[in-house]
Formats: sequence, C-alpha cells, structure tokens
Amino acid sequence: MNRQKMMKISVEQLNLFYGQNQVLKNISLEVYDKEILGVIGPANAGKSSLLRALNRLYEIDYARISGKIRLDGENIFNIPINDLRKRVGLIFATPVVLPGSIFKNMSYGPKLHRKIKRQELNDIVADALKAANLWEEVKDRLYDSASTLSGGQQQRLCIARTLAMNPEVIMMDEPCSGLDPISTAKIEATMLELKETYTFILVTNNTKQAARTADRTAFFLAGELIEIHKTKKIFTKPDDPRTDDYIRGRFG
Amino acid sequence: MTFRIGPRTSQIIAHIILLLMTIITVVVLFFIIGYVFKNGFAQLSLEFLFDRTREMGKEGGIFPSIIGTLFVTVLAIIIATPLGVGSAVYLVEYTRGGLLRRIISFGADCLAGVPSIIFGLFGFIFFVIQLKLGWSILSGSLTLAVMIIPTIIRTSEEAIKAVPLSYREISYSLGGGKLDTILKVVLPTSLPGILTGVILGIGRAIGETAAVIFTAGSSLGMPTSVFSSTRTLAVHFYILAREGISMEKAYGTATVLIIIILFVNFVAYRLMHRFMERYY
Repeated sequence: MNRQKMMKISVEQLNLFYGQNQVLKNISLEVYDKEILGVIGPANAGKSSLLRALNRLYEIDYARISGKIRLDGENIFNIPINDLRKRVGLIFATPVVLPGSIFKNMSYGPKLHRKIKRQELNDIVADALKAANLWEEVKDRLYDSASTLSGGQQQRLCIARTLAMNPEVIMMDEPCSGLDPISTAKIEATMLELKETYTFILVTNNTKQAARTADRTAFFLAGELIEIHKTKKIFTKPDDPRTDDYIRGRFG
Repeated sequence: MTFRIGPRTSQIIAHIILLLMTIITVVVLFFIIGYVFKNGFAQLSLEFLFDRTREMGKEGGIFPSIIGTLFVTVLAIIIATPLGVGSAVYLVEYTRGGLLRRIISFGADCLAGVPSIIFGLFGFIFFVIQLKLGWSILSGSLTLAVMIIPTIIRTSEEAIKAVPLSYREISYSLGGGKLDTILKVVLPTSLPGILTGVILGIGRAIGETAAVIFTAGSSLGMPTSVFSSTRTLAVHFYILAREGISMEKAYGTATVLIIIILFVNFVAYRLMHRFMERYY
C-alpha cells in the first residue's frame, strides 16, 4: 500500500444512545481517503449504528450522541445536514427502490440538490448506472418500474442511485446479505473498481467478504471497537483473542 | 357414540356460511338500488334533468338541485381535503406518536361517529347565525367539511403510516429534507389510501341531508353564488317523500343521486388506477 493515507473521516470518543440503551461506546477510529474499511462483528455490535452516526441518520430515530466526528477535518455537526448526507452516501442491507421508474429512482438524489437540465440529468444517470455495472441490463428499460428488477439488480440500482449524487464516502450496510453469490461477486467487483474514486465503509456479516475486499478491517463487539488493523493482520494475527474467536466462528 | 365433524367437512361448512353471508349482503344492496332504479328510471328525461323545479317539485326538473349538490360537495371536499391530509401528515410525521397524536386520533374517531344532525345543528348555530353566512352553499359546505374531516384524517393517517420507514430513510440518506421526503415520497406513495378517504368523504357529503338542511337551506332557486341557499338532491328527495309531494319525482331524484355517486366513485377509482400504473 503505497497510496497516500489522507484522513477522510475521524471519529473521536463517539457514544450513541437509543433511550437508555448505549449502542456505541467510546469509539475512536479513522477512515482514510479512498480505502475500503471493512467493519465486522456479530449482531448488536453497533456496526449499523456507526454508519447511521456518520451521516447523522440516527437523528430520525431520536437517538442521542456524544463525541466528535469530522469529515475532511470539518465537524459534521457544522455541515448542513442535506450536504452531509449527499457527501456521505448510505446503502442499506435490503435494497429499497422507491415507487416509480428506474430513471425516477436515479434522478431523485440529484434533483434534490439543484436544478438540472434534462440532458445533464440523463448523463448523470447513465454514468452512475455504468459505474454500478447496471447500465447494460437496464439501458432499454429506464422507464420501467424499478421494482421489476431482480434483487441483485435492485441493490446495484441502490448503489447507482447513491453514485448519482456524486458522494465522497459510500457506506454500505451489509449490502450483500440477501443476495446470491453471483450478485455478491458483481457488487464486490463494482466496489473494487470504484475505490479509486470513493472512500468505502463496508459493514458486513460475512467476514470472508471483508477479507476479500477491505484494505483495513475494524472488529466491533457489543458497541465497542475491539481493534482496527490492516485486513491481513486482523485475519492472520489479531491482537485480541475475541477477534480471533469471531473470525474462526467460535461465536457470532 | 360421539359425533365429530372432520376437518374437511368443517372447511366446507365454513365456506358455505361465509358465502351465504356475502350473498345476503350483496343481494340486499342490489335490491335497494334495483328498487330505486325500477321506480325512478321512468322519470328520467332531459326535462327532468335540465329544467327548473316547479310547484315545489311536483312538476319540472331538478337541475337547481343537481347544481347545488355538486357545488356543496365539491366545495366541502376542497375545504376538507387539505385540512384533513395536512393534519394527518402532521400527526404522523411531526408528533412522534405521542400523547397529542393519541388524543387527536381518539377525537377524530369520536367525531366520525357523531350523528350528522349534530353537525347540522352546530353549523346552523356557528356558520349560519354566528358568522352570519345565512342559509347558503358556503355554510353547507363548511358544515360538511367539518363532518368529513375526521374521516379524511383517519384514513390518510393510516395510509401515511403504512409507507415503509425504509422509504423515508432512503430519501433522507440521499440528502432529502423532511419536506422533500413528505412531498416526493410519502404523499405519492400513500395517495391511493388518501384518495379512499376522500372518496368516503364525498360519499358522506353528497348523500347528507340532516347537516345540509340546517345550513344550506332548502330553497329551490337556481344557485348563483356560494352565498345562495340551495336544496341538495338528498334534501329534495327527503322533502318530496316526507311531505308526499310526489313519490315519482322522489324516486327520480334518488336515481339521479345514485347515478352521480356511482359515477364519482368510478371516475375516482379510474384516476387512482391510472396514477398507480404510472407510478408503480
């Protein structure tokens, strides 16, 4: 890894509470520019909550937060929330397409942020679909309902929909949990192609997926960050025995 | 010796009972409509539909009442829909399901069950006398609007609640604000349900007698503005039958009213269908 390690996101002493329930405990970590950071851990480890904290989506759940999060050195609480969410895209575990056509799904994000001429919008949509490796499959049916796509196609549409906003960071919350191996392989390939341009945070239940794609991997357990290292180290000689146990499938 | 019904037999019996219940309901419904149509269709003529009412309804047509009915109903819907849908959006999207929402929902349920004559009395005292609007289309529409708002609130509330949370999360995570999310995702998705509430409201308003007779009056003249008094079809029918003016004309009026209701429902469902096809 000779690439320059620029810091993209830094998290300091982050705590997140849902009511009385603390789901993130004193998390500090950094995400480098244009890396894929894998986040692994069993259920209720706080992986998804971390993502929801980073784009402040936790606010719609009425959760409380303490600690510092910076994007390119800027406090995310000083960034207008819609800009923050445009810059830090989130892809959910279950692909959710909005009612309406493929094109409508694709144009929803870009049209929220500024007025766009039709021609430019067409280009944005086409480019994003190409980047998500979906263009060839849908180019003749852009105005069909998005719900006619298969599960794997829908998840790539969700990725393309996020790409259409031209984000800086793309967070994925178990993007392949409901998909077959071929669709999973396509999404992993897409991610590896795109990491030249974007920073990824990949939450996954599938430790092998982290091993295949992530540059660095963080292991979470019950709301705590146990360790974060280069993926190879996490999977060969982790510092903490719990990490080793989880990766070897002794619990989880 | 014990007598047991096997699972197969009990299935068949349940099937037959349910089928019978459905048949009874449908037969009663069709009998009523059929009976009215049988007595009323003979009355239908261009003169009946498009002429002025003469001799208290014994002669002439019902054109002023048709216009009055449409006027009152359309105005009531125009007043009630934004208020009802707006309240529902507020309740679901802005109140976190707290005490306020429970109180308002409970209140709306109670109001939806209040007899319409109570609304009529309220409309008479408040709109007709207190606000000095007199017996007029406006007073009638306002009263009907107050009467159907609870229905629209409750059906819209259910429809908006049924929009998956994940749609909202997607919208927010793409950088949409609350208003974007409501206008571009929540309302279009829940529109069919909202429209069902509006159609129910139209149904209640168009066939209402007690609430409008107190507020819109029963004058037979051609309405010229929202301040004119008018006699809606339902009220006209009631007076014709109650005072024994003309049973034939009463059935004719009822037939026209039923046809208008069927037509409105048909158009509304067509529109909804067209919208769903375009949108889903």
